[in-house]
Amino acid sequence: MGLDQEIEKEFSLERIETADDIPTYYCEKEELLPLMEKLKKDFEILLDITAVDYLGKREKRFEVVYLLLSLTKKLRLRIKVKLDQGEKVSTLSFLWKNANWLEREVYDMFGIEFEGHPDLRRILLYPEFKGHPLRKDYPLKKSQPRIELLRPERE
Amino acid sequence: MEKMLLNIGPSHPAMHGTIQIKVELDGERIIKADVEIGYLHRGFEKTAEHRTYMQVLPYTDRLNYVSPLLNNLAYAMAVEKLLGIDVPPRAKWLRMIFGEISRITDHLTCIAPVGMELGAFTVFLYMIKAREFLWNVLDATTGARLTTSYIRIGGVKADVPENFQDLLKKALQETRKAVKDVHGLLSKNPIFLKRTRDVAVVSQEEALSYGFTGPVLRSTGYYYDVRKAFPYLYYDQVDFEVPLGERGDNYDRYMVRMKEIDQSIRIIEQSLEKMEKGPVRSEDEVVEAYEAIKASHEGKYLDGKLKLGPNLEGMEKEVYYQIMAKVPQYILPPKEDLYRTMEGMIRHFKLIMSGHGLQPPAGEVYVPVEGGNGELGFYIVSDGGDRPYRLHLRAPVFSIMSALAKMIEGHYIADVIPTFASINMIGGELDR
Repeated sequence: MGLDQEIEKEFSLERIETADDIPTYYCEKEELLPLMEKLKKDFEILLDITAVDYLGKREKRFEVVYLLLSLTKKLRLRIKVKLDQGEKVSTLSFLWKNANWLEREVYDMFGIEFEGHPDLRRILLYPEFKGHPLRKDYPLKKSQPRIELLRPERE
Repeated sequence: MEKMLLNIGPSHPAMHGTIQIKVELDGERIIKADVEIGYLHRGFEKTAEHRTYMQVLPYTDRLNYVSPLLNNLAYAMAVEKLLGIDVPPRAKWLRMIFGEISRITDHLTCIAPVGMELGAFTVFLYMIKAREFLWNVLDATTGARLTTSYIRIGGVKADVPENFQDLLKKALQETRKAVKDVHGLLSKNPIFLKRTRDVAVVSQEEALSYGFTGPVLRSTGYYYDVRKAFPYLYYDQVDFEVPLGERGDNYDRYMVRMKEIDQSIRIIEQSLEKMEKGPVRSEDEVVEAYEAIKASHEGKYLDGKLKLGPNLEGMEKEVYYQIMAKVPQYILPPKEDLYRTMEGMIRHFKLIMSGHGLQPPAGEVYVPVEGGNGELGFYIVSDGGDRPYRLHLRAPVFSIMSALAKMIEGHYIADVIPTFASINMIGGELDR
């Protein structure tokens, strides 16, 4: 199972194998929006957007992972986009409405910006927060208290 | 027209969970709403990257804390898929039974406040009473009421006690009674109907576009249930229906959940019948654990059943491989082996030791289950080490909450709380 042959030919997609049998493709970031516009017809639900930080492990630092679900075809599909630090990817919030919040979360946690997003601000953390905690170079125990502490925290 | 800005939350007596809703009001009508989440963010995903696979499991209890077993299940299934191991049949049936009990407690905890917010406090008490009986069943088997950590990687923690069937049947009877009483109190109650019918309506297209799953999607009449569409465990061997709503308003969300409780009870009853009878645990002479360890130091092997602590009840060697996969390189040995043999000791040590532990092959995996609120899935990326390289939870509530502002716009301020209650927001799962 996988995508239609036509779509595979039209876009420069690269298929990879995963442990869970969900068809997974790498997509160029310029082609993401036209590809998703095509896929929207079959895949009604955008399940998830998340990212992985491969700091020092892969050539390009980030991978944004999109997970789609087609209820008519009973198929899940994963699309990945490779991004370097500072690179932007276009937003999908005009195709699926929940992409708005999902992209805000990715921005909050990884600092990946989405071009054309209507309201790109932090969602889980507060606006004064510095840095992006799910990046691999953000220390686990670093805390940013919002009030001045009487005693400094122990390391 | 004079507009008023009102802050509801983050700490407000009627809010279930810490969340802020900023509403712009014209009189009592909401013109615009903005939902601010994140007050319960505790960095679960970051923490998980620094814990071994086994250590992550207790954290998953605290995600959706009204149905912790379903979170355990999703996480355990994701790791098992990564490891490529299969679970024995008895463990699968037990997972199903406890998963459905969790779903019932989830729905009960959702419906109870819906009634309460609309002035029907009796409903709250009836539902919480029924939940109490179900939690007693969980308590008897798992040793805990809320944070159970019962479903483990490779199986379940312990076999059920002998009086389990009676306990469960009594709890289900009580639940049925509560559901029937609440049907009588609410389902045709004119006040309840006036307050919930056609309030916060979501159309089918909108629900799909917002990525709704679970009861909230089904209340719009769309047929999608992970248990039916992508059957896991033994859901294809039991007979159950997927209740659907029509209009996608608060009343339908309430009704779908009420009907789902009945279906979950059906699944549990069928599972109890189909599950093979477990091995009978012998009650022959009992050896104290310290005696067995002492003897093993001298190279002796003491026969007889080992006396385990009360927290290890149900994990005896006789039943252990009925509920746990027999994969020595990944799954802990039974306690009898650990105390009596050198091999067991080494295996246990290797699996617990930091830097050794459970090391799945590199790869990525996404495994969904039908959670209390919809499709609950774990996305795990492994780099071959003993800790997840990246772990992400697909929280069903997150997508649903992104539509809340849209849902309450145009309604009265008094409808905010019942709407909010009917989608069953759980802060632990939403903010992670």
